[in-house]
Amino acid sequence: MEKIKIVNLTKIFGAYPHKAMQLLEQGLSKDEIFNETGQAVGLSNVSFSVQAGEILVVMGLSGSGKSTLIRCINRLIEPTRGQIIIDDQDITRLDRTALLQLRQHKFGMVFQHFALFPHRSVLRNVEYGLEIQGMEVLQRREKARQSLKLVGLEGWENALPRQLSGGMQQRVGLARALAVDPAILLMDEAFSALDPLIRADMQHELVSLQARMRKTILFITHDLDEALKIGNRVILMKDARIVQIGTPEEILTSPADEYVARFVENVDKSKVLTAQSVLSKNSAVVYVDDGPLTTLHKMRDQAISSIFVIRRDDTLEGVLQLEEASRAVERGEKTIENLIERNVPEVLPTASLNTVISILARWPLPIPVVNEQRKLQGIVLKNAVLAALAKKELSNDGRF
Amino acid sequence: MTDVFSDFTVEKLPLSDWIEDGVGFLIEHFSVLTKVISKYTESGIDLVINGLLALPPWLLILFFMMIAWRLAGTRASVLTLFGLGLLWNLGLWKATMETLTMVLLATTVAVAIGIPLGIMAALSRTFYRLVMPVLDVMQTMPAFVYLIPAIPFFGLGAVSAIFATVIFAMPPSIRLTCLGIKQVPKELIEAADAFGSSKLQKLFKLQLPLATSTIMAGINQTIMLSLSMVVIAAMIGAGGLGGEVWKAIQRLQVGVGFEAGIGIVILAMILDRITQRVSKRNNLE
Repeated sequence: MEKIKIVNLTKIFGAYPHKAMQLLEQGLSKDEIFNETGQAVGLSNVSFSVQAGEILVVMGLSGSGKSTLIRCINRLIEPTRGQIIIDDQDITRLDRTALLQLRQHKFGMVFQHFALFPHRSVLRNVEYGLEIQGMEVLQRREKARQSLKLVGLEGWENALPRQLSGGMQQRVGLARALAVDPAILLMDEAFSALDPLIRADMQHELVSLQARMRKTILFITHDLDEALKIGNRVILMKDARIVQIGTPEEILTSPADEYVARFVENVDKSKVLTAQSVLSKNSAVVYVDDGPLTTLHKMRDQAISSIFVIRRDDTLEGVLQLEEASRAVERGEKTIENLIERNVPEVLPTASLNTVISILARWPLPIPVVNEQRKLQGIVLKNAVLAALAKKELSNDGRF
Repeated sequence: MTDVFSDFTVEKLPLSDWIEDGVGFLIEHFSVLTKVISKYTESGIDLVINGLLALPPWLLILFFMMIAWRLAGTRASVLTLFGLGLLWNLGLWKATMETLTMVLLATTVAVAIGIPLGIMAALSRTFYRLVMPVLDVMQTMPAFVYLIPAIPFFGLGAVSAIFATVIFAMPPSIRLTCLGIKQVPKELIEAADAFGSSKLQKLFKLQLPLATSTIMAGINQTIMLSLSMVVIAAMIGAGGLGGEVWKAIQRLQVGVGFEAGIGIVILAMILDRITQRVSKRNNLE
């Protein structure tokens, strides 16, 4: 379900947006328009939608328009043209009262430099949104306490923001945004001002909070690693335009242009790529009730030294090595059932390459990939993993 | 050469005539009203002063000490004790109470008008542009000048003095209120906006609380300017410590003049310490 839909959103900063609009339609770039008219293009025909319950990360360097974008969505910045449709309502048409209502109830926002109110205690910061809604004191204090508990800050209710460390301050910021139980969470470089370690903690925590809360989250960052780590989908922006929209894997494996490719180059792929992306599907398998001769034949045919054994319902049984099969044929055995090595490591399609590599280090054979029902999805070969890390194109069967 | 210039003499602009006409018009139409206001204010002030003088000075000194101690701590209360004690001893008690009443009344009026104006100036660009030049005039115009038109409106005495004092002392309250509100970081305003705060909610929940210490500094300045106006106001019969100084000038009594002068300094120090401490305490919160 689409929660937010952005259609042709454009923002021109300056007193005379009309001239700039015309030039923009003629296809001039941001810099050209600035030189000609002195008007700065903040966003240029941006369209995308956010699904309910997803984390959509908008990633770009400073000046790419990502901050303008997130502020247009709750109209902290008035867009020059375009539509912002939230739950089937075009919010660019709302009058001031309706807009305030919308901000009070639908949005929670978290800021880069926390933006906590220095004259209010932690609890009173967290209850701010509820206070603005007009909720009575006891009820909003209770909710604020619950929200603080959610981010692990019980016991700090009466502290002042400046008595807290950066990470804790941002937890307060997050609690403040969550206290109003908004459907949409806008996070503007929320973790960018934090130390790397605390930052990783917060990213992790956000993802696990999200698993429980199922908010629609729009997250702005200039850090690609962060974008790939927490985003269900990622939007890459450059010069007020969207360059690419896709899942982290799509962005990594098929960058839309040179610009994205250069970005992606430095990412630690083993953390982002999953077993799915290096899966080879067309590998041969045998069934538990097949005979040794069939098995041997299949292996010779494919020129492989081991083969995975499955049951008739596709669930994984184990693996069989070449020597075992040929010995069984010599001995004239009728089934392979007793020859199967059943103690095989297996991974889910969503396992990171990091996990796969650690298994490859101690397991000499290919690794089977199974789904939650233990049905075999394919296998991962050492070559495929190395190729993915070296960023070479793979053919479907996992060979170079 | 000189002949050429003498042919082109420009006549003096009748600026003073215009101002007199303008003020004359105002006096003609409004002085009845202002005289009535003046009469009631005058009796109000007298009531307060007489009330203060009816109490024994030592009791009032203790009372002021307690206030100073509550608001500003031990040192300010010791200063209050010895300062006011000295003034009592010098026989300046009545003059001190008169001055104190006038200063506090003028400050109250100046702040009551100044803070709302300051808020408006901070929130509206147009109003800001309108009010700032007026403030410049109010502050640089020699204070004496306000006394002249004050007399036809309010008559000789304390009310004219307070009127002139209010005009002279109000600008810092306006300026610093405006400054305090404008100094609230933009990202905090943005946060308040993001949660759907209305303008009034922003003002009372965020801007004013964060501007408090700056506003207190403005009030402090207003009090100090009021005190400095007291001596000048004595020229139109406002009495008080300024009146004592004024008498001493006319009789060339150096000693008496300094006694009253020191009185003003002591009063200024007490008021300054108390308001500054309040301002700083707000800053820490």
